[in-house]
Amino acid sequence: MNLLIVTSLEQGLILSILAMGTFITYKILDIADLSAEGSFPFGAFIFAKFISIGINPIISTLLAFLFGSLAGLLTSILFTKLKIKPLLSGILTMTILYSINLNINGKANIPLFSYSSIFNLGSTLFILIIIVLFIKIILDQFLKTETGYLLIATGDNESFIRSLGENSNKYKIIGLMISNGLIALSGALTAQIQGFADITMGSSIIVVALASIIIGDVIKKSSSKIKNTTGVIMGAVFYRFIGSFVLELGLDPTNLKAISAIIVILFISYNNLSIGNLRFNKTKGGTKYAENSQSM
Amino acid sequence: MLKIVNLCKNFNINTNNEIVLFNNFNLNVEKNKCTTIIGSNGCGKTTLLNIIGGSASIDSGKIILKGKDISKLKEEKRANYIGRVHQNPSMGVSPSLTIIENMALADRKDTQFTLKKLVKKEDIDKHIALLKNLNLGLENKLDTKVKFLSGGQKQALSLLMATMKYPDLLLLDEHTAALDPKTSKLIMTKTRELIKKHSITTIMISHNIKDAIEYSDRIIMLDSGKIILDKASTDITEKELIEIYLTKLEHIVA
Repeated sequence: MNLLIVTSLEQGLILSILAMGTFITYKILDIADLSAEGSFPFGAFIFAKFISIGINPIISTLLAFLFGSLAGLLTSILFTKLKIKPLLSGILTMTILYSINLNINGKANIPLFSYSSIFNLGSTLFILIIIVLFIKIILDQFLKTETGYLLIATGDNESFIRSLGENSNKYKIIGLMISNGLIALSGALTAQIQGFADITMGSSIIVVALASIIIGDVIKKSSSKIKNTTGVIMGAVFYRFIGSFVLELGLDPTNLKAISAIIVILFISYNNLSIGNLRFNKTKGGTKYAENSQSM
Repeated sequence: MLKIVNLCKNFNINTNNEIVLFNNFNLNVEKNKCTTIIGSNGCGKTTLLNIIGGSASIDSGKIILKGKDISKLKEEKRANYIGRVHQNPSMGVSPSLTIIENMALADRKDTQFTLKKLVKKEDIDKHIALLKNLNLGLENKLDTKVKFLSGGQKQALSLLMATMKYPDLLLLDEHTAALDPKTSKLIMTKTRELIKKHSITTIMISHNIKDAIEYSDRIIMLDSGKIILDKASTDITEKELIEIYLTKLEHIVA
């Protein structure tokens, strides 16, 4: 049971990096970026390529982040410069990445057991906690900067960004690059922990990311002090625990994807229809916030 | 201050639905004056503002601001000289950010955005002083997300942010149209205070004849992209203006 908890925690932490990346596009920029399904295995295959030619695992992992951000750049160019709809841009990048992933090593499955990994440096759980905390702190700090706030405002109101003399496309590009970089990093870490990179590992991964974000939203509702990134990390870990628990109960692993989708449906429904929402509606859209302000 | 020279703007070019909106349209807007443009729906008021602001393209002609041709400048580049308040109060703010975060972003306009912290302690007092001038108590709600403010509060904040860096030209696009009469009056009073205090040249679009007479120096009436009336607000009464307006409407209906 302890092993199950540790494994779930480790997998949850890796998924939290994926979820933080998806959070940038889905929640901050308000873009449904399906290129995540290509970027996740892309990170794994990039790691496999560099580790197999003798590059240090830390550098190979960082290169996975870098190449992932280039995938984000491609998606963002498709919709900011070529004016292709964001959803289609993501699908196109995902499709392109499928072929690229197959070509990187010439195979659909690359075993990595014989190579060293970032987890050879110490306890897997400890290393993952350090990586996740590092990313969370950097992301939190970035979102407090001028550029970070412009990224948030871009998803909020592009017209406002232009009124500040800024090109909103620039911030979409930055957001997509960071997002896909993190997703690829998560893919590279997954490959290292499971010991192989596989072409199918990105399939439906966006649902996993969304499930983590949405569970994080529900957790965040319980306290306004919880930061978005903390909520997403907790959501990813919680999601992983639900998955492990369901498998432990004897569910056939082939049903896991359906369970993921059902978790998303349940939590979105809870968010939309919850008692919490009804309670909030009683305040008539911010009256409680404006009560000390002069009536207008 | 602002010169529009031989402006031509057509819609649906080379189709059966081609509409010629502006055909060699010319307009001079004087410095430090508030010019109000009135006219029926579809006469070209908002399109004219979009053209000046850069969110709509032109077919030919020139837009000259302070002697500089800005016709080819993108909207975000023109924003360095032009401030705008929209009809929708949420258009001029970032609703999911707090009041202080919105103020800090507006304060950084004209400068290079960096990786430095946005909200700086040393700037907060300055923002509080500006918010206090609105007399709406917003200075006590610095950490409230703007989406939780009322329409009037949002619009007052938009107005403050649009004028914070003293733009050469302020565009007010029916900015009180979505507000109740009391709030509308309050926003108009604040508008006058701000543009007079900082001597900001202003172009306002309004359907409110009373506001046009009371708050502006010059009134222009547009009809199908042509100026059909151009008078100082002191040279025309509200009654006369309403009469002309209604006559024009009758003409349209007929």
